[in-house]
Formats: sequence, C-alpha cells, structure tokens
Amino acid sequence: MTNGVAELEHSDVIFIIGSNTATSHPLVATRIFRAIENGAKVIVADPRKNQIADFADQYIRHKPGTDVALLNGMMKVILDNGLHDQAFIDANTESFEGVKAVLEHLDLDASAATCGVPVEQIEQIAKDFGSADKASIVYCMGITQHTNGVNNVKSLANLAMLTGNIGRASTGVNPLRGQNNVQGACDMGGLPNVYTGYQPVTLGAANKKFAQAWDVDELPSGIGLTIPEMFSKIESDDLHALWIMGENPVVSDPDANHVEKALEKVDLLIVQDIFLTPTAKLADVVLPGASFAEKDGTFVNTERRVTRVRKAIEPVGDSKPDWEIIQEVSTRFGYAMAYESPGEIFEEIARLTPSYTGISYERLEGEGIQWPCPSEDHPGTPFLHRDGKFTRGKGLFHAIEYQPPAEVVDEEYPFWLTTGRVYAHYHTGTMTRNSESLDFEVSQGFLEIHPDDAKALLVNDGEPIQIASRRGEITTRIMVTERVEPGVVFMPFHFEESNINKLTNPAYDPIAKIPELKVCAVKLFKAAS
Amino acid sequence: MDYQNILTTCTYCGCGCNFFLEVLDGELTGTIPCKTSPVNEGKLCIKGWNVHEFVQSDKRLKRPMIRKNGNLEEVSWDEALDYTAARLKTVKAEKGSDAVGFFASAKVTCEENYLMQKFARAAVGTNSVDHCARL
Ligand code: SF4
Repeated sequence: MTNGVAELEHSDVIFIIGSNTATSHPLVATRIFRAIENGAKVIVADPRKNQIADFADQYIRHKPGTDVALLNGMMKVILDNGLHDQAFIDANTESFEGVKAVLEHLDLDASAATCGVPVEQIEQIAKDFGSADKASIVYCMGITQHTNGVNNVKSLANLAMLTGNIGRASTGVNPLRGQNNVQGACDMGGLPNVYTGYQPVTLGAANKKFAQAWDVDELPSGIGLTIPEMFSKIESDDLHALWIMGENPVVSDPDANHVEKALEKVDLLIVQDIFLTPTAKLADVVLPGASFAEKDGTFVNTERRVTRVRKAIEPVGDSKPDWEIIQEVSTRFGYAMAYESPGEIFEEIARLTPSYTGISYERLEGEGIQWPCPSEDHPGTPFLHRDGKFTRGKGLFHAIEYQPPAEVVDEEYPFWLTTGRVYAHYHTGTMTRNSESLDFEVSQGFLEIHPDDAKALLVNDGEPIQIASRRGEITTRIMVTERVEPGVVFMPFHFEESNINKLTNPAYDPIAKIPELKVCAVKLFKAAS
Repeated sequence: MDYQNILTTCTYCGCGCNFFLEVLDGELTGTIPCKTSPVNEGKLCIKGWNVHEFVQSDKRLKRPMIRKNGNLEEVSWDEALDYTAARLKTVKAEKGSDAVGFFASAKVTCEENYLMQKFARAAVGTNSVDHCARL
C-alpha cells in the first residue's frame, strides 16, 4: 500500500475495486466502516455484490474482466469536467499526453456497454471521486488476477495521479496483500528477479555486493523462473528438483490437474509444511516445519509494517522452525550456515537492505516500523511518494486501452466463473480447516448462482451441480443468491475436495505472470443427487 | 501451573493484527487482542480469535518422511536432511543449477524467506525462487 491502513478513516471518498474487504481483510474493513461514520463516501465496484458492497453509497456491478473499460470511462468524465488536478500533473508526472489522447478518443457509451454499467452511474462515481479532497483507492486480487492485471493496476495509478490523490495522507493506491507475509516474502527476495529490498539480480553492483556478503565467487545474474514457468520446465524435462516451503500449489494454482501432473513428474519434490497437504502427499521428502506460534521472526503487513512474531510454545512433535531446516540442509549441501537465532538473520537482512537498514529487533519491540526506514533514527514511512515525490522521480502515466480476458463465454461455456474467499477461511484452508470453530462455520464448498439461472437449470438451493471448463470438472452444491448477476457464478477456493482451481485458467499476465484466476468460461449441468 | 501471554502477529491475512497467545503449561489455550496495536486497536476477526486452534491439531506433521517403495515413511531428521542435501547435490551436479527450483512462502517469516533465497542463489546457484504472491 502507498498509504497506511489507519489513514483510510479520514478519506473523503474510498473507491474499492476487486476487493471483498469485509471478508478477506476484516480489520481494514473496520477502518472503512469508521470512515463511513466520519462521512466518507464509499464506492464499490465488483462483478459480485460482495459484503462490503452492502455498506457502499454506490455499488457498481461491472462485467468480469472489464476493469480498464470502467476506469477509462471514469477518467474521461473527470477530464471532460475539468476535475483533474493539472497542477499536480504538471509538477509531478510525465507522459500524461498519451493518456489524454486515449481518453479524448474514448467513446463513453462504448465503454459503458463493454463493462455493462450505465453511463449515468460512471458519471456519478467519476464526479464523486474527482471532486474529493482526499480519495483513496483500495484493491485486491480482483484487479490483479487477470491476463491484463498489470494494465488494471496502471489504470488505478493513472486515476490517482490524474486527480492528485497520491503522496498525501488518506489518499493513494492501496493493494491489500492477500496473505499475511506476502509483502515480507517479496521484500526478502523471494522472487526470481530481485534480492532483498528489490535490488535487481541483473544489476552488477547488487550482484557483487551479495556475492561478497554471502562469501561466494559469483552469483547467477540472469532472471530465474516464475512458478508457472517452473511447471512448464518440469514438463519439458529442464527442471528436475523442486523445493516447496509452506505453499500448496495443488489447491491454490490454476489448472490444478496440470499442476498435479508436473509435481508427479519432477524427479525430486521436497515439501516443507505443517500439515500433510495435497501437495505434500506427492512429495519424495516431507519436512515438518513449525507454525508461527513455535518460532521467532518477523512478518510484514499490507501497509509495509514490520512486526515481531514470537515463540509461545515448543515446536509440535519433532517439527523444526523452517529457518533451522534450511540452514541444516544448506550445511549438509556444502554451504555452511550457522545462525544462532532469527535475530541474527535479521541483522544480516538489515545490513544488506537499504529500506530495512534502520530496523532491528530492539526497535520492533513497540508498534512495528513501516519501511522504508533507512537509518536508526528514522521513524519509518507511513505513506510513500510524499508531496508527489515518486521513487522513480516523476510519476509515469501509462496509456492503456481495454482488452478482453483470455477466455470469454461462448455457446459451449456460457457462464463467467469468478473465485474468492469466505469469511471463516484462509487460502487453501490448510490452517483454517484444521480449526474446529472455523470449519464449523463453513465446512463445504459451494457455487453462488443467480435465482434465474438456478431456475433455468432446474436446480434448487443446496442441490448438487456439475461445473466444467475446458480444463476440468467438479461437483459441488449451489447457493442461490443475488450477489451474482445472471450469467456469472462464484466459488470459494478453500476446499480441496471441490477444488475450483481444476477449472481456472492458467493464462497469465505477460509482465507480472499473474494467472487469470478471476475469470474464465464454464458450463453447468444438474448433477445426479 | 504456568500461565503466560506472548505478544505476536496473526498468521492469516495481510492486515497483520497483533495479539497475545495464552499459554497454559506449554499448551495454547486462547488469543487476546492487543489494545495498543496501531493495526487492530484491540479488535480481531473470527479467524484471529481462533488462530490458536490449528496449531496443536492432531493432524500436524510431527516427523520427517521419505518416500520408500511408493509410500511416505517416517524417518529421523538426520536421514531426511542428509537425503535432501545429497539428492539436491546430485541434481545440481548432473543437470546444472537451473534444474532446481524453489517456492518461498507468504506464510513463513521474513528470516526464513531470506534464508531460502540465499540457499537457492549462493549454494545452488539459481535465481529460480518464487512464491505465490500472485495467487
Ligand atoms: S485477526 Fe483477522 S483481520 Fe486480523 S490479521 Fe488475522 S485474519 Fe487478518
């Protein structure tokens, strides 16, 4: 997030797109509810009328995968009505002309038709957003999990810059990170192209610095493989060993049947986890890690706040903290590691990472610190790009035109399928489904479907239904609801026994390599009960 | 009777709420939200309130396992660690550094992610480290 969570309370307008905040980020939703009490206007855009939409001033139901059409439409209205912040654009940004040209040629009626939202509604939200003093944008996987996910994100950045809503408190472009330490995993270089703090592996100076610190002659300088690429390389016989720590790709990744085949094929599969997940069941070696309650360390939340994780109990059974497991394998592999504690590892991270330099376990005793924190007396950074000073110098506009999703509905597969979470569960359910109270809340998967569609299919609420895409087929029960519109169905992805990711589309964004989990085409038929 | 409260951070979503884990004689018994946390100010969602439940589930993996004759069999740590290191070494020697891939994780700590990418890059010699940020 460019801004802190607490700042949302003081926004005048909060525009939420592709985020079911009330379900997936409840304690961010709390701030949004307080903002509403403070008089903020909340606009929610989502193909599914999710729970946070129940609290919105305006709910916009656009068609799956048409975010760019909606956002360009909004920006055209803002520009045509002079609601843009020309002073901010002139002082702090570049390449605005390209966006302006796209917007000037945009046919608002055509955009409205593409996204299925009436022109008047687009005009209304554009005017609300454009005339706010402090407007925040909040988004989540509903924006990013598309073949054009990067374009969606750039369009949101365009909208924020166009209206000068960045670099001040209670504004900004705020992605909610789905998993507790996704920010930390990225910050720590758990990515194929960067070391810690986003220092590129391809940059000679960074490469040299890390080689020296890690005491090796050289480090690989070519960008490594992303997860989807690793699966393809297994198929083409180029990747022979895979070490998976704390992930469950058999349930979480698109086109699950295909993922399972790759994991069966790879010569050596090492899985490190706390439960025997469907992924661990395929392993050659299973290494039992310790949970967050059994070890020390740090997590980084969605607002870049580094906070402490502390050991409360001894590791369960013979399990070991993951850092100890890696260290022991490494030493036996011939690259010795001898850290006494996570604190010692953190000191090394701070030494090598400019945005973490000023952070230490001692300083984390209080409320945590939001990076960048470049020195020991630096208080941390609640919001980025202060006064329009962007990290890269000037904020860059990107001219973006609408492109349809990779797979669209047709006669054979006439329904749009979109996926997400339910309030009681988390991701692939490895932890929450082993929690008695949470499993009691929602113990089975289900498919949300509009009453008209259910009627046409002759299926009643709670009855089984078969869902098929070009990649796979599963059976589940239906839940009849008007949260989805006719022609669109929704299913949560926490349930391995009705794994919706057998159906989802692995086609991915060419830049971010994010798969298009949020939209694909399916057909439905009544299942024998 | 030994009763302690340990301040920590939630392992579920990216909000990163802070709470105390209640520990009675070495067992987790409950969760108490932290009132002074700037993130959650004394509140938790249903997942956070019940976060202690999965930790001591009977289904937790308790011992390392290696696949022998098609089945996963429990082995000692020494055997599991030696086996893992030896097989990784063989793959690297026979097929090269880029024949090995790593999934770091959004569910383990920063320190652990750091070590995994360090092992991949410095020891194995590949940049093929990724995690499911995209999912
Ligand atoms: S308590 Fe709930 S809102 Fe807070 S971090 Fe945990 S899962 Fe997220």
